[in-house]
Amino acid sequence: MSTWLAIAVTALGCYLLKLAGLSVPERVLDRPRVRAVAVALPVALLAALAAVQTFAVPGGLALDARAAGVGAAAVALALRAPFLVVVAVAALTAAGLRALGVG
Amino acid sequence: MTPAPTWQRRRRAVLRDALGVGVATGAYGLSFGAIGVAAGLTLAQTCATSVLIFTGGSQFALVGVLAAGGATVPASVAAVLLGARNALYGLRLSVLLRLRGLPRVVGAQLVIDESTAMALAHADDDRARRLAFWSTGLAVFVLWNLATLGGALAGQSLGDPRALGLDAAVPAAFLALLWPRLTDRATRAVAAAAALGALLLVPVTPAGVPVMAAALVAVVAGALWRDALLGRSREAAA
Repeated sequence: MSTWLAIAVTALGCYLLKLAGLSVPERVLDRPRVRAVAVALPVALLAALAAVQTFAVPGGLALDARAAGVGAAAVALALRAPFLVVVAVAALTAAGLRALGVG
Repeated sequence: MTPAPTWQRRRRAVLRDALGVGVATGAYGLSFGAIGVAAGLTLAQTCATSVLIFTGGSQFALVGVLAAGGATVPASVAAVLLGARNALYGLRLSVLLRLRGLPRVVGAQLVIDESTAMALAHADDDRARRLAFWSTGLAVFVLWNLATLGGALAGQSLGDPRALGLDAAVPAAFLALLWPRLTDRATRAVAAAAALGALLLVPVTPAGVPVMAAALVAVVAGALWRDALLGRSREAAA
């Protein structure tokens, strides 16, 4: 049930943000400080999400097969691989290491 | 300067680009579907996420935080904050498209990275930018949701998510969404500070809180490095 609630709350919040952009007078959101935060916000959140999902385990941090997978994904990104390839490289690297009994 | 193309040629070019963008985002949709069910969402929940939230970064954030054991509130807060950029896209589009009434209520759901970029790319002509917005938004909506369903069905028939490395696919997806935004020193500094701060908080706060704290990094950075961050956004919009 809480998953459905999270989906509903997020959907409502995301929709209202989109609608607000189309509806409010431009001067309300178009202040330099607000725009700078809006540029920084996705960068900060995506970086935090990537870091936490790579290293967090219940109660702390760990270096395991996920880190190797994300490292391989970074190499794929540097080589300009498309999104699906990047994600697949990460999954295959982690899966391969675990099949070998590492991480 | 080449002569201005006729409307027919321009119309075909816009529609072809819209379809191309839709197919490309379908690849993200496939991985979202697979990751959604691997994270423990049901098929219906995974598909509802793509229909109702319909903004990729927020969807990955919601699923990622829930999968890591985060509670409803931190998961939703992180996801909604990640969708805040759409408000600024809407602001740009409100001037270009001047939507009123029902078209505004429906069009709002289609305000995403891709439809905004396409409308801005055709900003010089009123008909072209409207067509670019609606055709790209609808193409991405249809293909994103079909791909989510396909990915979720495939994910269901796969086995143990850990043995398949899907727990490494989630952070890799975030890194892939982040990568094209790291265009200058200011954004790279924001990313490093947010990642480091979140990792330091992991051992001492409940799941989901470290990601919410990253929003504070963005607020502080917006004040400290305002001009550097806006210099980047002006380039991106040009």
